[in-house]
Amino acid sequence: MRMHQPGASAKLAFRLFAVAFVSVFLVASCGGTPTSSTSAPPSHFPVSITEPGGATVTIAHQPHRVVSLSPSATEMLFAIGAGSQVIAVDDQSNFPANAPTTKLSGFTPNIEAIAAYTPDLVVAAEDTGSLVHGMQALNVPILLEPAAKNLDDSYLQIKQLGLATGHSAQADSLVASMRSQVGALVASVSKPARQLKVYHELDNTFYSVTSATFIGQAYKLLGLTNIADAATAATPDYPQLSPEFIVSSNPDLIVLADTKCCQQDLNSVAARPGWRAIAAVKSGHVVGVDDDIASRWGPRIVDFMRAVASQVKQIERAA
Amino acid sequence: MTATVAVSVVPERPAALAGMPRLPWTWAAAGLFALVICCAVGVLVGPIHIGVGAVLQALVGGQVDPGQANILWSLRFPRVVLGVLVGGTLAVSGAAYQGVFRNPLADPYLLGAAAGANLGATLAIAFAPGTSILAVNIVPLAAFVGAGAAVAGAYALGRSVTGLRSATGLILAGVAIAAFFNSIQSYVQQTQTASIRQVYSWILGRLVTAGWDDVLLILPYVILSAAAIFVHRRLLDALTLGEDEVTSLGIPVRRVRLIVVVAATLGTAAVVAVAGTIAFVGIIVPHAIRLLIGRSYRVVIPLSMLFGAAFLVLADAGARTVVAPAELPIGVITAFLGAPFFIAVMRSTRAAAL
Repeated sequence: MRMHQPGASAKLAFRLFAVAFVSVFLVASCGGTPTSSTSAPPSHFPVSITEPGGATVTIAHQPHRVVSLSPSATEMLFAIGAGSQVIAVDDQSNFPANAPTTKLSGFTPNIEAIAAYTPDLVVAAEDTGSLVHGMQALNVPILLEPAAKNLDDSYLQIKQLGLATGHSAQADSLVASMRSQVGALVASVSKPARQLKVYHELDNTFYSVTSATFIGQAYKLLGLTNIADAATAATPDYPQLSPEFIVSSNPDLIVLADTKCCQQDLNSVAARPGWRAIAAVKSGHVVGVDDDIASRWGPRIVDFMRAVASQVKQIERAA
Repeated sequence: MTATVAVSVVPERPAALAGMPRLPWTWAAAGLFALVICCAVGVLVGPIHIGVGAVLQALVGGQVDPGQANILWSLRFPRVVLGVLVGGTLAVSGAAYQGVFRNPLADPYLLGAAAGANLGATLAIAFAPGTSILAVNIVPLAAFVGAGAAVAGAYALGRSVTGLRSATGLILAGVAIAAFFNSIQSYVQQTQTASIRQVYSWILGRLVTAGWDDVLLILPYVILSAAAIFVHRRLLDALTLGEDEVTSLGIPVRRVRLIVVVAATLGTAAVVAVAGTIAFVGIIVPHAIRLLIGRSYRVVIPLSMLFGAAFLVLADAGARTVVAPAELPIGVITAFLGAPFFIAVMRSTRAAAL
């Protein structure tokens, strides 16, 4: 069983590889063809913004070719009316539907691929792969809006994006509207007779969130006790919980943020060994949420809190 | 299939092997004792405290708090049993690979089983989440198929290159296949970032699983694999004499190698499918036995089953208590203990060789 003509097959393989490589490259470059954008009302430029990280970013002119590498920032930009100035968003930015999703990655950013869009502002959540250094070398202003720890962080980021894109007024009114909606939701959940316990599931290997996270803060505002907080000592933010701990904690509400990644629902949760004994499973208070909403810190957090608040009210009514 | 072929190939015991040591009954008893103790620890410790009395009551079917009974029967007992199966299989497969390849660094993943399983699981998690085939979750199925495909690929490649004249060609083929599968796995993981956490938790290994279903799923493969390797323990001893000498004794070296590799792969693929790629058990357990008790495979194979099972049950007890109520991936614990031990093994084999 010897391989015949090893030299010839190696050459063929190399040629095939080269062809495949070049075609991928061509397709990628075609994707980079820029599209035109309409202008938004003028604002007071240049502006200086102090990032949550402490660095100051100066934007000389109102940007019209914004590239967003952060799904949360994409949602914020479109919510404040800056969507028409956004020419490209990363592969994870799937909301709103009209966001110009591309192959760009926010996790492993490719500086040249971003530069191909000739952006006049780049927004990202983290500085990976020398992203900031690369953009600065190309004289493109880059604004980092990292994962928010609470609603106030989120409000600040919306206002900063408003300032950076010339939509301060819309950003302010969005923040005001979010504040009043969140306030109404918190008020609508009357002080319960007993503390309700919640388990928030990130995936079906039982990763969860503590109150130190953005989503954990939402539960705290709604007066829920988060069972994952018991694991804070070992893992402050996203612990992987032991199933026997979850079962014996007996949460009143289970929120599944793994409906898209892992197709989880009440039935699959009830089928797990031992989980039928949990109060939330018995009473059917296992609610699926959009994985994306629960992992971002954009304006849709209000929808998430509304869904949770409605469950809390149901549980209280039943009690 | 494997078992019947395995039995038929065992020849009459060659006279040259008559002097090899048998398994001392004291060590067999010690192995059983260690397994029982570790299982007791595994059943008694966890993030939720359940007393000895309640556990004994539950085992004999007595009156137990329903919450505790639920945790014991649905979660802890199947987890301990799974630990026994996974640990025993990985250790015995590692020992078998080390014997077949006469390579102290061989582990059950040498021919690409881990890379294949990781790729299969990653593809299933990324592209077919929540799917089942015949009521079995697709992730373990894909991992099982991936592990088998990688080893079969390595075997075919090794055979086409060296005709199995030496084990080295097979090992190098395994390395190449593993690297190739790993690159595809990394690519898929890179492009499917939404599933990264699941993939990560799969690769580091865990016994947090579907309970008794997983135990039943792998039990036939584990038994078949262990039985086939156990039957060949004398021939593994014969292989230590060197390939040419063994061939002159009339032992079909290549056939023995194929059967043992197939058996070890079957067991490894099954346990990897439900527990992920748990590192180092297949290396540290057989080597500890060689260093402490004896090098004969009549000692190493049965004791690897017992001590491998005991070690993994203990490691899993650590995985669910060290950072309770959170979990540590079990691979973190086995490798944390395994790496220093591995260094000790290398030092001692160098000392022996000098």
